[in-house]
Amino acid sequence: MASDGDSDQDFVTFGTPLEPLEEDEPLRKPIPVHEQTVKDEKGRYQRFHGAFTGGFSAGYFNTVGTKEGWTPSTFVSSRQQKAGRQNARPEDFMDEEDLGEHGIAPRQIITTADFASGRKDLIGDKARAITSLSAPIPGDTVLEDLVAPARSSMGVELLRRMGWKDGQGVGPRVKRRLCKQEADPATRVLALPCLPTVHQNHGTRRMMMDLHGLGYRGLNPLAALRGGPGAGNINLFTMDSDRTTNLFGEDKKGQRRRGGVAGQGFGVGAMEDDDEDIYHRDTMSNYDAVLGGEEPGDGLYGWTAPQQYNRKKKVHSKDAAYLGKILEGFTLGSDKMETKTIFPPPDLPRDFRPVHYFRPVVDMSSVSPMVAQALLTSRGHMAQEEPSKGGRHQLDSAQRRELLGETALQGPSSVFDLLKVEDRERLSSLRRPSSETTSGPRPPTELPPRQPIPGEGRAAVVAAGVAAAAAKASAQKALSSRFAPPAEQQQEALSVWSGPAAQAQAGQTFKPFERTAHKQARYDLYIDKLKQGDRDALELSLDPSMTEWERGRERDEFVRAALLYKPSSSSLSCRFTRGKHDDAVEADTVEVTRDQENDVDDKQAAVKMKMFGKLTRDSFEWHPDKLLCKRFNVPDPYPGSGFVGMPKVKRDKFSVFNFLTVSESATASASPAPQAVKPSEPGKRSRWDVSGQAGALEKERKEKDPLSEFLSVARIEASGSGPDTSTTDGPTTDPTVEPDTEKEEEEEESRPPMDLFKAIFASSSDEKSSSSSEGESEEEEEEGVRSKAGTGPQISNQFNVNTSPPAPPVSVSATPSQHTDVMFKMPSGPAAAPPPQDQEMEEEEFGPRLPPPSSTLTAESRPAPTPSAKNDKHKKKCKEKYKAKKHGKHKKDKKQKKKHKRHKHKGKQKKSGRKEESSDSSSEGSDGNSQEEGGGVSTEELLRRLKSIRGKNLQ
Amino acid sequence: MFFTQNATRITDRNEEARRFRKKCEMSFPQPKPEVPQLPQHLLRTIDCQQGAVRAVRFNADGNYLLSCGSDKSLKLWSVSRGTLLKTYSGHGYEVLDADGSYDNSQLCSCSSDKTVILWDVATGQVTRKLRGHAGKVNCVQFNEEATVILSGSIDGTVRCWDTRSRKFDPIQILDEAQDGVSSLKVSEHELLTGSVDGRVRRYDLRMGQLHVDFINSPITCVCFSADAQCTLTSSLDSTVRLLDKSTGEMLGEYTGHKMKGYKLDCCLSSKDTHVLSCSEDGHVYCWDLVEGSLTLKLPVGKAVVQSLSFHPSETRLLTAMEGRVQVWGAEPEEAEEDEDVVVVKQEKV
Repeated sequence: MASDGDSDQDFVTFGTPLEPLEEDEPLRKPIPVHEQTVKDEKGRYQRFHGAFTGGFSAGYFNTVGTKEGWTPSTFVSSRQQKAGRQNARPEDFMDEEDLGEHGIAPRQIITTADFASGRKDLIGDKARAITSLSAPIPGDTVLEDLVAPARSSMGVELLRRMGWKDGQGVGPRVKRRLCKQEADPATRVLALPCLPTVHQNHGTRRMMMDLHGLGYRGLNPLAALRGGPGAGNINLFTMDSDRTTNLFGEDKKGQRRRGGVAGQGFGVGAMEDDDEDIYHRDTMSNYDAVLGGEEPGDGLYGWTAPQQYNRKKKVHSKDAAYLGKILEGFTLGSDKMETKTIFPPPDLPRDFRPVHYFRPVVDMSSVSPMVAQALLTSRGHMAQEEPSKGGRHQLDSAQRRELLGETALQGPSSVFDLLKVEDRERLSSLRRPSSETTSGPRPPTELPPRQPIPGEGRAAVVAAGVAAAAAKASAQKALSSRFAPPAEQQQEALSVWSGPAAQAQAGQTFKPFERTAHKQARYDLYIDKLKQGDRDALELSLDPSMTEWERGRERDEFVRAALLYKPSSSSLSCRFTRGKHDDAVEADTVEVTRDQENDVDDKQAAVKMKMFGKLTRDSFEWHPDKLLCKRFNVPDPYPGSGFVGMPKVKRDKFSVFNFLTVSESATASASPAPQAVKPSEPGKRSRWDVSGQAGALEKERKEKDPLSEFLSVARIEASGSGPDTSTTDGPTTDPTVEPDTEKEEEEEESRPPMDLFKAIFASSSDEKSSSSSEGESEEEEEEGVRSKAGTGPQISNQFNVNTSPPAPPVSVSATPSQHTDVMFKMPSGPAAAPPPQDQEMEEEEFGPRLPPPSSTLTAESRPAPTPSAKNDKHKKKCKEKYKAKKHGKHKKDKKQKKKHKRHKHKGKQKKSGRKEESSDSSSEGSDGNSQEEGGGVSTEELLRRLKSIRGKNLQ
Repeated sequence: MFFTQNATRITDRNEEARRFRKKCEMSFPQPKPEVPQLPQHLLRTIDCQQGAVRAVRFNADGNYLLSCGSDKSLKLWSVSRGTLLKTYSGHGYEVLDADGSYDNSQLCSCSSDKTVILWDVATGQVTRKLRGHAGKVNCVQFNEEATVILSGSIDGTVRCWDTRSRKFDPIQILDEAQDGVSSLKVSEHELLTGSVDGRVRRYDLRMGQLHVDFINSPITCVCFSADAQCTLTSSLDSTVRLLDKSTGEMLGEYTGHKMKGYKLDCCLSSKDTHVLSCSEDGHVYCWDLVEGSLTLKLPVGKAVVQSLSFHPSETRLLTAMEGRVQVWGAEPEEAEEDEDVVVVKQEKV
C-alpha cells in the first residue's frame, strides 16, 4: 500500500470514494430514504420528487411555479401561425441538467449530419433497428451508442460524389492481376510489408484525418482482414466506424472471409517473433507540410485527378489564339459580351427654342374670321379648325362611315325621326326660346364671348371638367350661354342617367337641393325622367309658373347637378362615408339644435300652463354600462351595444304642435293617443275620491284647461288668415278632454247642459273635410304660436281686431241649425231632453266674442287694448288676484268648496256659478265684455269661453 | 282572488276601494277615513356640535341617523337615545350628503372637497376615497345592494362608483345634465336625478331609457314614492310637484312654503300619505298627498330648515336646522280626533 501511495497521486480520482470497510465495525444502519440528501452544484439540497414528477429538479422551491408564481400557459391561437408552427422537441422539455454532462441529452460538439456520411448512417440505422429488435433487451442500442461511429469526412463525401466507391483506390488504376502478383504472397502473411511500398509507389501523403496520435495506424482491414482482391490498393478512408460495424457483423464486409488478425491494435501475435515493428514509426515527410503543395505534374493522376491537369492543353491553345498579352491569372472569356447600340440624338434645327406653348383652344364659330385669320397666320393652324382633326375618337359614326365609304344604314337616323311631326315642332319651339335667351353664338362678328358672371362661369367650367373631353367644346357654349345648358350637356346627362348603372341604384341619388323641398322634388322628377330616357326631361320637370329667368337658372342647375352627381360617381361615393360637414348634413344638425331650443320654449309654455306630461317629457335611448347593469342585477337592455350613455341620435321634432295634431286626429277616430295620456288618471282619481272629488276635478281641470285654452288661442290667432278653418279645429280637441270626464261623472251627476255637447259635436261635424283642413290648421297653429312667441302680440291683436267682427255673423248663420242636427246624431249624447235653459244659454253665450279673462295665455294673446308689455303685467296681476281669491276661498270653508267643486263641473249650479264668475272676471279682466251682448257666437268661441272660465275657477 | 289583489298595484287597489266606498255610500254614511298620524311632536333635539348640519339622514332601518356637518365630520347617532355613536372624519371640507348601506355595514358621504368616501361603520375608517368629480358633490346614494355608489355633483355629472372591484374609476358617468346635479335617488333599477337645469332625469336601467321631465326651475330635491309609481320634485319656484313616473304628468302640486335659494329637501311620508318639504321660513310643510292641502306646518325654528328625513317605516321625522337635529314623532297617546283638531288649528295658524 505504501508503494502505491505515491502512485496514487498520479491518478485522477473521480467521484466520492467509498469509505474503507472495516471488518470489526458493526453493521451500519442503512440510511433511510428521507435522509438521503442530494445537493446541486451550488450546494443546495434537492428533494427527490419522483422519477416521473420532475426528479430532483422540480419547479421553484419544490413547487410547480416560478418566482413570479404559477401561471398557466395562456392559450394562443395558432390559427395564423399554422405554417410556422413547429413540433415541440424533447429538448424543449429539458432543463440544463438534462443537457449537462451527465444528463439524458448531453450537449457536445459533434459533426452534423451534413458532414457525416449518409450512406453509413443508413446502414447504421438499419443495423440499430435490427439489433434493437433482436437483442435480448429491447432497445439495447446503448452499447452501439457507446461505440460511437465516427463519420466520414467531407473529403470522402466529395469523393463519393465524384463516383468514388468505398474500397476503391485513389490514383491511377493498377491492373488487378499485376497487383495480385505483386502483393499476394506478402499479404497472405502480413499486411504490413505491403503498405510502405504502396505509399512510395503512389507518392501520395496521408493527411491527418483522425484523432489518433501521430503515425498511429490502426488495423488495416484490407491487409489484415480481407487480404483479398482489394489488398493491392490502400483504403485510406476506411475508418474505425467501418471496422466497428464489421465487428458487429451486419455489414456485407462482415460476410467476407476473415484472415488472421494482425496489426498494431492487437500487438504482436504469439506466433510472430519479430516485434521491432510493433509500433509503426512514421515520419513527417509522409505528411503535407504545405497546403495545395507543388503539383506533381508527373501525369500519374487517375481520372479523378484535378481538372486543370486534364484541360491544361486546351486552355493554353485558346489563350495562344489571343494576340494580346494576357495578364497573369486571367484567361480569355468564353462567351462574347453584348455591345450596347447607342443611337445619336437627332439634329436640332437651328432656330429651335426649348419652350412649349399651350395653344388656347379657340372655337372657330365663336371667333371672328379676322381673329381666326390672325391666329392661323401666327400659329400656323387653329386648334379647332376642323372638328374631324381632333382625332378619330371625336368622329361620330356618320363621319366614320363617310370616311370609310360605307353606305348609310336604313331606317331612322335619329330619335327625332321617330317622333311625330307635331312633337318635333313642339320640341323645336321649346328649344327656340332657350336658344333665343342665349344670345346666339352664330353671329361671328363679336370677338370675345360675353363676360360670364364669375360664379356661373366657373361653375360651367367645373361642369365641363367633370364632363368628358368631348363636351369641351360644348362647355364653351355653356360659357357663352348664360342660363340654358347646351343640348350636348343635356344629352350627356340623359345618356348617363338612362344607363343601366343609374337604373340599378334607384333611390340612392344624391339630393343636392334638399334644403328646398320643391326644388328637390322637381329635380327628382327630372332625374326620374332622365332615367326613363325622356329627352325633354328638363323642360317637363320645370315649374311652368316660374319666371323665365328662374326657369333658366334651374335648368342650368339641374343639368349641372345631374352631371356632377351622375350615377357612376354616386356609386363611387357610396363607398365613402359622408363628411361631417357635408352641406346637407350640416343643415340637419342646425335643425336639431333649433329643435331643442323650440322644445324648451314649448316646455316652458307647457310648464307655465302646468301641462306636465307629454309636453314636458322627453325619452331617449340610454345605454347603461354593462357592469352597472350587473351591479344593479338588471339584464343589459342593449346587449350588443358598443357604447355607453346616450347615442347621438337625431332627435325628432317634438313640439306642442305635434302633440296637438296627434290629439286632433285622435278625436276623430278615438285613437289611443289621448288614452295613453289618461291611464294614470282613474287610479289617481281614486285617491282624490278618498278625500272628496272636488280635488280631483280641480286637478283635472288644471291639467286639461290650459291645453284647450292654448288651442283656442292658437285658433283665434290663426283665424286672421283663414276664418273658415279657424272654426274647425278648436273645439275638436275638447272632446278628448271632456267626454272622459263627463262619462265618469255621469252616473251621479246631472247632465251637462246641451250647449256643451252642441259645441263639441256640432263643430266636429261642422268640419266637412276634417282631414284636409287639419293640415292647414297645423300650419295655422304654428303661425299663430310663432307670432305669439316672437313678435307676436301686437300682430295677433291686430288680427283679432280686424277679423273678429266679421266672424260672428258667419258662425251664427251656420251653427244653430247644425247644433240641432247634431244633437240627435250624438252617439253617447243624453237621451233626456236638454234642460230648458239651454236656449238662453245659447243666446247668452253666442254673443260676440267674450274674452276669457284669467288664463295666462288667453290674456296674452287676447285682443287687448294695452300693448304687450302691459298685457303681461296685467296677466300676472290677474293671476295673482285669482290665486288670492282661491286661497281666500280655500281658507273660508273647505266643505263648501268641496261641494262647490263637485258640482261645478257639469251641473246647472256650476253653470250659474260660472256665469257670475265670468261676469265679474271679465270686469276684472283685460278687456271689456261689451262683445257679450252680440247676437251669435261661434262654437269655438263658446268653448273658449267655457274653458277660460274654468281656468279662472281653477286658479 | 287574494293573490291577485296582492299583485295589483296600489293604484288599482285604490280604485277598488273607491268603488267599494261608492257602493257603500248608497247605504251607509261614508266612513271617516283614518287620519294618518303626523310627526308633529318634538321628541328630541340633538345638538350635533359639528357646525351647521348640512344634511340629516335616517339609516336603512331608521334606528340611527347620520348628520353631515360643515366641520368636515360625519356623525352617527342613535335616534332613540340621541347619543353619539361614532364620528367619521376624513373629508376635507363640509359634508353635504350621506347614505347608509342596506346592511348598515357601510356609509358613504360626499363633500365639498369633490370626494366621495366609503366608510366602514364599525371602525370608522375610510374604506375608499373616490375622486373624480370636478366640483363639490351634492348628493350621494347607495344602490339597493350597496354595490354601487352614485354621486351627483355640481359639475353636472352623476358618477357610478363600483364598491366591489378595486377600480377607482367610475363605472359610468352620466353627463346628460346641463347644470349641477342637486339631488339623486336610486330605486331598484332606476336612477332619479334632479338638476339645476330644471330637469328631472330618470334613468331606467332595465329599459335602457332616459326620461327627462322639464320643470323649468332648478330642482332641489327628488324622491321616489314608496309604491314607485310617482316621483316628487321640489324646485326653487317654491313648489313641490308630484309627477306620475311613467308619463310625467303632474298629479299634484304643493305650494305655500318658501324655497327660493337654498337647496332644501322634500320627502314623502313612509306611507305615501303626505308630502313634506323644508322651507326657508323655518317650518316644515306637510301636505296631504292626494288633496294637496296643507295639513301641517311644523315650526322648527327661526332659521332655514336645512334638511329633513322621514323614517322608513314609522311616523318619525328628522329635521336639521343650523347645528341641531330635531326628532319629531306622533304621540301615540293622543286620539285621532284630537289630532284632527290640532291639524285644523295649525292650518289656521
